[in-house]
Amino acid sequence: MKYEVIVVGGGHAGCEAALACARKNHSTLLITGRIENIATMPCNPSIGGSAKGIVVREIDALGGEMGKNADKSLLQMKMLNSSKGPAVRSLRSQTDKITYPQEMLKTLTNQDNLTILEGIVEDLIVNDNTVCGVILEDTRRITSDVVILTTGTYLKADILIGSERRREGPHGEKPSNHLSDNLKKYGFDILRLKTGTPPRIDKNSIDFSKTKIEYGDNLAYTFSFDNEPLYDVTKQIPCHLIYTNEKTHKIIFDNLDKSSMYGGYIKDAVGPRYCPSIEDKLVKFKDKERHQLFLEPESIYYDDIYIQGFSTSMPRDVQEEMVHSLPGLEKAKILKYAYAIEYDAIYPTQLNQSLETKIINNLFTAGQINGTSGYEEAACQGLIAGINASLKLEGKNPLILKRNEAYIGVLIDDLVTKGTEEPYRLLTSRAEYRLLLRNDNADLRLREYGYNVGLINQEKYNRLIDKKNKINELITYFKETKIKIDGKSDYIYNILKRPEINIDFLNEKYDLNLKYSKEVMEQVEIQIKYEGYIDKTEKEAKKMLKFEEKQIPYDIDYDKISNLATEARQKLNKIRPTSIGMASRISGVNPSDIAILLVYLKRYYNE
Amino acid sequence: MNDTIVGISTALGVGAISIIRVSGSEAINIVNMVFKEKNLNNVDTHTIHYGHIFDGDDVIDEVLVSVMKKPKSYTTEDVVEINCHGGIATTNKILELLIKKGCRLAEPGEFTKRAFLNGRIDLIEADGIMNLIEAKSETARKMAINQLNGNVSLMIKDLRDDLVQVISNIEVNIDYPEYDDIEVITNEKILPILKQVKDKIIKIIKLSEDGKLIKEGIKVCLVGRPNVGKSSLLNTLLGENKAIVTDIAGTTRDIVEGTIQLDGIILNLIDTAGIRDTNNIVEKIGVEKSKEAIYNCDLVILVLNNNEHLTDEDRQLLKIIENKTNIIVINKIDLDKKIESIDSANVVEISTKDNIGIDKLKNKIKELFNLEKIEQSDMNYLTSARSIGLLKKACDIIYNVIDKINDNIELDLLELDIKEAWNILGEIIGATYKEELLDEMFKRFCLGK
Repeated sequence: MKYEVIVVGGGHAGCEAALACARKNHSTLLITGRIENIATMPCNPSIGGSAKGIVVREIDALGGEMGKNADKSLLQMKMLNSSKGPAVRSLRSQTDKITYPQEMLKTLTNQDNLTILEGIVEDLIVNDNTVCGVILEDTRRITSDVVILTTGTYLKADILIGSERRREGPHGEKPSNHLSDNLKKYGFDILRLKTGTPPRIDKNSIDFSKTKIEYGDNLAYTFSFDNEPLYDVTKQIPCHLIYTNEKTHKIIFDNLDKSSMYGGYIKDAVGPRYCPSIEDKLVKFKDKERHQLFLEPESIYYDDIYIQGFSTSMPRDVQEEMVHSLPGLEKAKILKYAYAIEYDAIYPTQLNQSLETKIINNLFTAGQINGTSGYEEAACQGLIAGINASLKLEGKNPLILKRNEAYIGVLIDDLVTKGTEEPYRLLTSRAEYRLLLRNDNADLRLREYGYNVGLINQEKYNRLIDKKNKINELITYFKETKIKIDGKSDYIYNILKRPEINIDFLNEKYDLNLKYSKEVMEQVEIQIKYEGYIDKTEKEAKKMLKFEEKQIPYDIDYDKISNLATEARQKLNKIRPTSIGMASRISGVNPSDIAILLVYLKRYYNE
Repeated sequence: MNDTIVGISTALGVGAISIIRVSGSEAINIVNMVFKEKNLNNVDTHTIHYGHIFDGDDVIDEVLVSVMKKPKSYTTEDVVEINCHGGIATTNKILELLIKKGCRLAEPGEFTKRAFLNGRIDLIEADGIMNLIEAKSETARKMAINQLNGNVSLMIKDLRDDLVQVISNIEVNIDYPEYDDIEVITNEKILPILKQVKDKIIKIIKLSEDGKLIKEGIKVCLVGRPNVGKSSLLNTLLGENKAIVTDIAGTTRDIVEGTIQLDGIILNLIDTAGIRDTNNIVEKIGVEKSKEAIYNCDLVILVLNNNEHLTDEDRQLLKIIENKTNIIVINKIDLDKKIESIDSANVVEISTKDNIGIDKLKNKIKELFNLEKIEQSDMNYLTSARSIGLLKKACDIIYNVIDKINDNIELDLLELDIKEAWNILGEIIGATYKEELLDEMFKRFCLGK
C-alpha cells in the first residue's frame, strides 16, 4: 500500500506531524520502534516552562495536540514569572508520564487516515533527488509521496553510564543503526549530540520532612484555548526543593574521572549548556556552595521521583553515594540510574524554513534530529513539518511563521539560519519581539493560520472572531467613557494606563457591570496598559520585516560577488538565505558583507 | 563594486602638489598605460617611482607614482597614487586621461566606502578619517588619529559591556525564574549600575562636545556700539597672534573676520561692525542682525567704552547677551572712567591703545571653555554630530529608565529600553546593522576620501 505521508518516529514531533497530515486528509503512516513508547517523556515529567509554555499555546492555536493532551495529564500547574510583565509569563506543568502517552495514543488511534506500524527505518527510497518512501530493517519497502523524519535520539543512540556504553534508546529499545549513515550518503552533514537525565528515586524511601514543599498555583489554567481546566487546583501534586551540599560535591570531585563526560568516554558529542549535568555545574562554578534540586513526581501510577537538576553520567556506585548525600535521600532507593545519551542529528542549516531539507525533495525533518532539545521544541517542529508536508502535497505555499509572530518562528529561523552546535533550547531571550509573543495572545496571533491550513474548525474560528470583536468593543467603550477618579474626570482608557489600576478594581468600584470573559478583560488590560511598549516593539518588527521582504534570488551565485569576505561567502553558499534579513542574522556575515550583497542585488537584479 | 575608480585626493587648485588616487583591480594596469619610464606591473608593493605621464607622445607632467598592492592599501584593493604638480589644469588632464583609459570617476566618499565595505575600517574609524582630512589645528589632528585607532570604539564597547551584563542578568531571571542560585536582579540593584552608565555617557558627551570645539573652533562674536574699539581689539588679537587672516564665509550671514589659535584651539572671530547705521530703521535691522549673530555663536564679547556712560543701546546689548557665554570688555581704560559699574564675573578691563589686559582677556576665554583641560586630557571622544546625537539618545533612554524604576515598572519591560540603548551604542561603532545608517554615513564622504 502506498501512503501520501510517512512519519518516522512516534515522539512528540512525530505525533504532531502525523496528526496534522491525517487531519488534513492525507493518508499517513506513523512508523515507530514500539507502539507502547509513543509520546513517552523520557526526560523530566514536565511540559511548558519559560518560553516553552508559550510554544505549547502556539501549537494549540495552530491546531496541534500537545496543549490539549497536557491539559488531560496535569499533576500541577504554575504560571511562571507572574510577578513580572505579561510578555514573559509562561505556563509550566508537572505532567503524568503514564497519562500523557496513553491519552496521545488514544488520539492517534482514533484519528482517521492514520495507520501506526512498528518497525525500524534504516534507509530512504530516493529517486531523482526526491524521497519516495522508506526501507525498514527487515528490508520491507513502503512508498509515499512525502517522508517526515522525527527520529529523536534514536539515530545511533548510545546510552552511557560511567565507562559503560550500550547501543540502545532511552527505554532500552533498539535504535536505528544505519539511517544516519545513509543520510550522510545522500549528502547530509551529521553532528553528534549528547544529553542526559538524572536518577529516579522511590518516593517511599524519601524523608520529605527535610525538604521544602513547592505547590502549584491557586488559580486554574489551561494550555489549550478550547477546553476548561480539567484538574482540581486543591488536588495538585506538590514538588519538593532540596540542595546539594559539601559532601555531594566531594563525592563528585573525587570520582570525576569515572563519569562518561570527564572520564573521556564521550568524545565528540556536544551537550547542552542549558541543562548541564551536575558534574558540569560543579566544574564550571567551583565557588558555588550548593545547587538547587527539585524532586518531581513522575506519575500517580508509580513511585518514581525525578531529581531535576541532578543529571549525571557517573557509574552506578557513585550515583548511589551522590544520592545518599542529599538531605532526605540518605536512605533513598534508586529505581532507575541516571544516564547520558549520545545520538546523531543533522545540521539544521541544511533545511528550508518550511523544514523540508535542501538536499532531498519532499523529505522533512523535525525535533531532535534537527538539533533541538525539549518536548515542546520537538512538537512545534513536528506540527510545522506536518502542515508544510501537507501543503506541499496540495501544491500550496508553506506556512512560515516570522520572528515577530511566534516563538515557533524564532526557533525555526534560528535553526535554519544560525544552525546549532549543541542541543538547542528555546529561551525568551532568543526572541527580539517577546512583548508581541505572549502567552495570552497566542490565539490572536496564530489561530487564523490554523484555520487557513485547515486544522482549526469553523466553530473554533468563530469563537476567535467573537473574542476579537469583544476586545475591540471593550477598548472602544473605555476610550469613550469617563469616570471620576481622585476628584478628576478622565477616560477609563487613560486611567487604566496607571500601573496601580486594573479593570477588576474599576469594575467593582464604579459598578461598570462589564460582562466580558476573563480572557477578553485580560487582553484589553494588557493592550491598554502596555500600549507604549507594544507599539515600540511593533515598529522594531516592521523595520525587520522590511529586510525580510528584500528577497535574495534562489539562483544567486555568491562566487561572482567579488568583495565578500571568505567566511561570509562560505556561509551564504551553505545556508542560502532567502532574504537580506535572514542573511544578516547568519553569524560570520558582517554588515559590510550585507552592504556588498545589497549593492550586488541592486545592480544585477533590480535594474 | 569591482571596477577601478579614480579621484583627486587633494583640494583642487591650492597646493604645490596634487595627488590622484586610483583604486581597483585594474589600477596598476591603467596607470601603467600612461606612465612611460617603468613597467608598474612588475614593481614591488609599497614602492615609489619617478617618471612622466604621457598622453600619446605628449608629456603631461613629471610625477612620482606610489604603488600599493592589495590587500595592504587604504581600500584593500590595488591602489596607485600619482603625485603630480598642483594646479587645476594639469590635475584635471591626468584625471581625464585615466578615465579615458578605463577608470570611473569616484563618487563622493567612495574610497572610504570601499575601505569600510572591504572590512578594513569600522564606522567610527571612517568618521575619524573624515575628521583627519578636515583637521584644522594640531589638536584636531591628534584627536582624529585617536579615533582612527579605535579608542572611542573601546570606550563605547565598555559601556555596552556594562549594559549587556544587566540585560543578560534580567533575561536569565526570566528564563530561569525558579532558580534561587542566580542572583535576582531587582529595580534597586539595577539603579546604581544604570546611574554609573549614565555618568559615563554624560562624560563622553561632554568630552565630545569639547571635541567639537576643537575640530570646528569657537565662534566668537564681537558686539558693541561703533567707536568703542571693537575693530582695534580685533586687530590686536589677530596681529599679536600672527593670525591667518582669511575671508571664509560663515554658516550664517555673518562674516568671519579672522581666525586665531589659542592653545591649539581655533577662535573664529566674527565682527558685527558695519551692520549699524544712524538711520533709525536701519539701526533696528542692525540690532536684529546682531541678535542673530549672537544667537549662533559660542561666545559673545561685548565691548564697552570706559570713557562714556552706558547708553540705552549698551544696556540693550547687555540684556541680549545675558544668556550666552559672554565676556564684557571695558576698553579704553587709559582714559578717564565714566562708565557705571557692571555686575558680572566676566568683566575684563583693557586698553587696545596701550596693549593692556589682552592676556587677561585670553585667559578668560581659556577659563570659560576649559581650554587648558581639553589640551591635557586624552583625545578620546566622538567628533561627528551623528555619533554625539546617538550618544545623547542613549543617554535619554537611560535617564528614562531610571525614572521608570522609581515608578516600579516591571523589569522585563525596562530591559527592552536598556536593550534599545545598547543597540544605539552599537550603532555608533557599527555593531548593529542598518541600511539607512550606511547611506547617511557614505553620503558625507567627500571626493578623494
